[in-house]
Amino acid sequence: MIEPQDTPTDQAAPVAPDLDCAPDVVMPEVIHEGDTTIVNIGPSHPSTHGVCRVIVELDGEIVKHAEPVIGHLHRGIEKMAENRTYLQVVPLTDRLDYVGSMYANWAYCRAVERLAGIRVPERAEYIRVIVCELQRIASHMMAIGPAGADTGATSAFMYTFWQRELVVDLFESLCGARLTYNYVRPGGVSFDLPDGWIEKCREFVAQHPAAMLEIDRFLFGNVIFRARTKGIGVLDADDAVSWGASGPVARGSGVDWDLRRDDPYSVYPRFDFSIPVGSNGDVYDRTRVRLWEAIESCRIISQALDGLAEFEPGTIKADGMPRLLAPRPGDAYDHIESARGSLGVYLVSDGSVRPYRMKVRSPAFSNLALLPLVSEGYTLSDLVVILGSLDPVFGEVDR
Amino acid sequence: MTFLWGLLWGLAAVMFIAGGAVIGVWWERKVSARIQMRLGPQQIGPAGVLQMVADVPKLLFKEDIVPDNADKPIFRYAPMAVFAPIAMSVAVIPFWAGWAPLDSTVGMVFYLAFPSIGVLGILLSAWASHNTLATIGGMRAAAQMVSYEVPRSLAVLSVIILAGSLQPTEVMEAWQWWWVPLTFVGFLVYFIASIAEMNRGPFDLPEAESELVAGYFSDYSGFRWAIFMMGEYGALISASLFGAAVFLGGYRWLPGVAGLAVFLVLAMVLITAVMWIKWTFPRLRQDQLMTFCWTVLTPLAIVQVVVAGVVALWL
Repeated sequence: MIEPQDTPTDQAAPVAPDLDCAPDVVMPEVIHEGDTTIVNIGPSHPSTHGVCRVIVELDGEIVKHAEPVIGHLHRGIEKMAENRTYLQVVPLTDRLDYVGSMYANWAYCRAVERLAGIRVPERAEYIRVIVCELQRIASHMMAIGPAGADTGATSAFMYTFWQRELVVDLFESLCGARLTYNYVRPGGVSFDLPDGWIEKCREFVAQHPAAMLEIDRFLFGNVIFRARTKGIGVLDADDAVSWGASGPVARGSGVDWDLRRDDPYSVYPRFDFSIPVGSNGDVYDRTRVRLWEAIESCRIISQALDGLAEFEPGTIKADGMPRLLAPRPGDAYDHIESARGSLGVYLVSDGSVRPYRMKVRSPAFSNLALLPLVSEGYTLSDLVVILGSLDPVFGEVDR
Repeated sequence: MTFLWGLLWGLAAVMFIAGGAVIGVWWERKVSARIQMRLGPQQIGPAGVLQMVADVPKLLFKEDIVPDNADKPIFRYAPMAVFAPIAMSVAVIPFWAGWAPLDSTVGMVFYLAFPSIGVLGILLSAWASHNTLATIGGMRAAAQMVSYEVPRSLAVLSVIILAGSLQPTEVMEAWQWWWVPLTFVGFLVYFIASIAEMNRGPFDLPEAESELVAGYFSDYSGFRWAIFMMGEYGALISASLFGAAVFLGGYRWLPGVAGLAVFLVLAMVLITAVMWIKWTFPRLRQDQLMTFCWTVLTPLAIVQVVVAGVVALWL
């Protein structure tokens, strides 16, 4: 408890402490020749996809340097996790990537399960795959639509959001929440599928590829959209690897790397699916890879729904799960392929009921770090399109 | 007495543009909602028509914010400099056989000149806002509007050559139905250049909301913002009316009141087409915009002028 300080009234008021705790902003080091303008994009700006501030040094409209300033959404989730029990951390992970909460849930739960040696029933693994592939679709809709909106095609945005809405409705009937699901829990999932959910899911999966092909014609076939995105923000494969890019950002550059196939986890090896890979590494390829991934996700969901029939309903939680988990001292790391790339969670246990340390390896953070590299030399109009194509979610970048 | 008449006509023009803008906002909401699988306004009045009535007081009563660092007198009056030329340009549009509100002998030049004065207002508002995003928007607007002036004027020049007159009512009297196929390319150039001239999508770079928040009017609020919007819709209405008249024949298709109805329907079709384009296409980039103007539209307009000139020699 903090005691109120008694300040003598006869003295002058104490000087206010320096509360300016904003991160030290590194201004562009190189002052270029000629007249340049410094423009602040954000932190509150329509196309920063969250709360990001980008300090842009402009020569006319050409970007000389773009410096992303992050931390506006830092909530200290990794630190907060140290004061909560293992089950209480799950809702915190919802708030990491709030566009794809299921992924953070799952990555965290996998780390806990590895730490505590929990075996998850297969039905729960199938359900996890289904919801996470649905989440991939929902999350990619949030990347493709805004790619249209960033270039001015707001109708494409509405079309993709319609598809996202259908997924979110499915999640709502599954766990009651539309954004932060708290659905994947250590040892299984929180609820079994409600009656009729499988049919609704099949309906969605049946119509989704056609809707995506419509977007492909409507947006990716549009001459202006192609002119705005082809050859813009080019990231070559070597840079993608050396900067730690993953997910569609790396695959758009031709890096054929997907944890679902290359470091298989859960029941993914049982499914037949392909990994779309781009070649040019520009905004167009990065965004289009997401579109084809959404279609591939539909294939995985269909197969998983078929496979689900083998298992008895209700077997969704590991047997003998204690109310309070207290894994033996040690550490564990596990990663999954989220919509943004490889999302990893590192947990250290000291044998108590709370994690000693949690660290999240955020793909959005690594991908956003590429912004200065890929935006230099393009125009201000391109900058927002490039930022959108990196698909950062600042809940996960700042944590 | 002349002064009083002028005042009345001016008021009528402002009311015409303001009313048209309010209806235009409602219509655009409906059109965009239809394109985007939405409903649009529908709760207030039948098909949401009373939404127009609700919008105006909302804008009137909003706080009028003037930024501290702004150049205040210029900031306050720049919206008028955007709106006034557009309201004035309506004056020379030939609505009726032998009648335009202002039947000037140089009406065609008057029409082409006045909307381009609006760029001055845009530059003033951009500079006075003391905001980098607004300034970039203003610079873009200036470059864009001055450039697109060229193909637009050349396209209209083809009709002027055919009619042999600069007086809009005389142009309309001389109009023949076969001018429509003859000047069709010119009409397309005029239509596209007009979209750029009124800063609408896919040429809405000066106010690109994903890049510049709202471009040159980022810092405006309340009624001053509404004046910008009225200017934008006014430019849409004015350009559509003028295009429907001189390129598509306007009232000449049918005699009497039916002719006026045809004219207004043609203009309405053009307005809807502009909205359709805006809600379908992404936005161009500045360099692509300029390249398009100088390498596609301008040569096409010059070809159209030559064709019109050759045909006019035969006549």
